[in-house]
Amino acid sequence: MIDISNIHKTYITGSNKLHVLKGIDLKVEAGEMISVMGASGSGKSTLLNILGILDNHDHGEYLLSGIRIENLNERKAARLRNKYLGFVFQSFNLVSFKNAAENVALPLYYQNVKRKKRNAIAMEYLDRMGLKEWAHHLPNELSGGQKQRVAIARALIGKPKVILADEPTGALDSVTSQEVMDILTDINKNENITMLIVTHELDIAKRTQKTIRITDGLITEIIKN
Amino acid sequence: MFDLDRWQEIYHVLRKNKLRTFLTAFGVFWGIFMLVIMMGSGDGLKNGVSQNFGDMATNSVFIWAQQTSVPYKGFTRGRQFYYENADVRALDEAIPEIKYLAPRTNVGGFNGASNVIRGLKSGGFQIFGDYPVFDSIDPVNLLQGRFINEIDIKEKRKVVVIGLRVKELLFEKNENPINQYIQVNGVYFNVVGLFKSKRTGEAASNDNQRIHMPFTTCQKTFNMGDAIGFFNITSKDGIPVAVVEEKAIRVLKKRHSVAPSDDAAIGHFNLEVEYKKMVGLFFGIKVLVWIVGIGTLFAGVIGVSNIMLVVVKERTKEIGIQRALGATPWIIISQIITESVVLTTFSGYFGLTLGVGLLELINYLLESSGAGTEMFLHPGINFSVAVVSLAILVVAGAVAGLIPARKAVSVKPIDALRYE
Ligand SMILES: Nc1ncnc2c1ncn2[C@@H]1O[C@H](COP(=O)(O)OP(=O)(O)OP(=O)(O)O)[C@@H](O)[C@H]1O
Ligand SMILES: [Mg+2]
Repeated sequence: MIDISNIHKTYITGSNKLHVLKGIDLKVEAGEMISVMGASGSGKSTLLNILGILDNHDHGEYLLSGIRIENLNERKAARLRNKYLGFVFQSFNLVSFKNAAENVALPLYYQNVKRKKRNAIAMEYLDRMGLKEWAHHLPNELSGGQKQRVAIARALIGKPKVILADEPTGALDSVTSQEVMDILTDINKNENITMLIVTHELDIAKRTQKTIRITDGLITEIIKN
Repeated sequence: MFDLDRWQEIYHVLRKNKLRTFLTAFGVFWGIFMLVIMMGSGDGLKNGVSQNFGDMATNSVFIWAQQTSVPYKGFTRGRQFYYENADVRALDEAIPEIKYLAPRTNVGGFNGASNVIRGLKSGGFQIFGDYPVFDSIDPVNLLQGRFINEIDIKEKRKVVVIGLRVKELLFEKNENPINQYIQVNGVYFNVVGLFKSKRTGEAASNDNQRIHMPFTTCQKTFNMGDAIGFFNITSKDGIPVAVVEEKAIRVLKKRHSVAPSDDAAIGHFNLEVEYKKMVGLFFGIKVLVWIVGIGTLFAGVIGVSNIMLVVVKERTKEIGIQRALGATPWIIISQIITESVVLTTFSGYFGLTLGVGLLELINYLLESSGAGTEMFLHPGINFSVAVVSLAILVVAGAVAGLIPARKAVSVKPIDALRYE
């Protein structure tokens, strides 16, 4: 599903150059659930952003579901994100003035699905997350766990092939974190959606099939859980 | 395009900072409001001044006789001379550019003493001896009867056409003046027509106090011999009346032994020149109004553009989220441009409506009070100008949104997402 080889990324700020990714090779099969660990600043988020086509890599090759990701224009990149990828962020990133259902429905809006239809679908996904009653609440009326479940529903609604989650439990307490992981493993099992989860917590990583350790811009260890 | 989410977003963005939205909108509102008011006032001024012309042919010239100022051919200076009937044919033959040639005489001065009597009623009016052609140069609204005709001229009939004010002063309210007799300078005349001026204001009330009689009748009845008071001449279409004016003066000087260099002997007034000056003036006013109006509007639009830049910056993260979820640059751009156009058009439309409303109010007040009609009449803007202004607003709104919109999609999605 994901096939990257020799990926390099250097950040340039003013006269400073920061070589963050120094040749990453990774193959992720369809349906795999993988966690990414590593010290702060080791380049985990950088890697995930490149995989999410939110940022571009300087060197190397990236194939997403067989499609070569290189020098895409923003329109194509947006289409690919919409079709293949779902994002879950540490800080939820819900749109503040849209209620839960409208937030979930957003990816379908960009596919030009009619409002009525996409809101009905959004209700289904919210129902699966146990949030039907909260559909018409704005994000600031929801708890952290609820927000993250809305975000997961939003990531799922476009039927993506891959879900990229950057510290999805980073802002949640341990009980809620486990609940969110329950949902994610469930989705991975039942819908065969490939998952990459960046985390700092060992017990979260343990719930995935493989853990990749990044040290100083390189993959230094792959552990089977 | 007409998805509710789009409008929800616009509504949210504009509502979020109400004061800012209001101030931005006010810039555009004021621009278009000023444009409308200035244009309407310019038109009012133009209408006010134009009314003095009525339907009068503007390519006309008046020529009368004054005293000579240069001794010539044995005559001393200071000689008073008169035009005579033979001049008419001479002018007609010598100047092919003439369209209408109306010799005229007048009896009694302006606002003179009482010179017209009917029974116990009397009044002082201007009395002209005219040819039928005069009605083609300076037309009036005939309310009843007819104007002077050729038979009147030929038979030197004692008939008159009177203005509305004359009728009001000499007749009872419901009386029919046609076929009645009035006494002009002691001579009885039969009333054959009643007219009303096509002008308004003071010009109209002057017109309505006129009495016209056949030119020939006037000369004979009041012992003028074949003296002519003055000429009213128009030029053929497309020919400046100045051409006719110059030729006519030359012909008349020669026929009356006036020195070619004597500029004081022949009085003349070229209406076309005055009219053109006025047209030029109003054109100038119009250009100025557009420059100032568009400038003000432009300042308002720059304000919109500026605020949209701020809005885009504030929403950077949100736009990043949208892009991560698959919003294409076009979706983002069109969203921002729509916001800009909505803001501009709404406030502009408001300014337009309020401006037109104010003009209507002024119009109403002017009309109901009867004041200011001399210089200012029917201020207003025509429909096409309003439509053009609205179109300008929509385009301006789109242009105002363009830079912010491009800015919104120029950053990488990840940088937008990271923006705090
Ligand atoms: N846009 C950027 N410009 C410049 N430097 C950046 C940028 N983004 C990240 N970096 C730097 O790159 C390095 C790797 O950052 P990255 O966010 O990938 O780390 P991380 O592994 O996700 O860390 P954490 O666990 O703290 O999230 C850091 O030193 C960071 O300062
Ligand atoms: Mg990180």
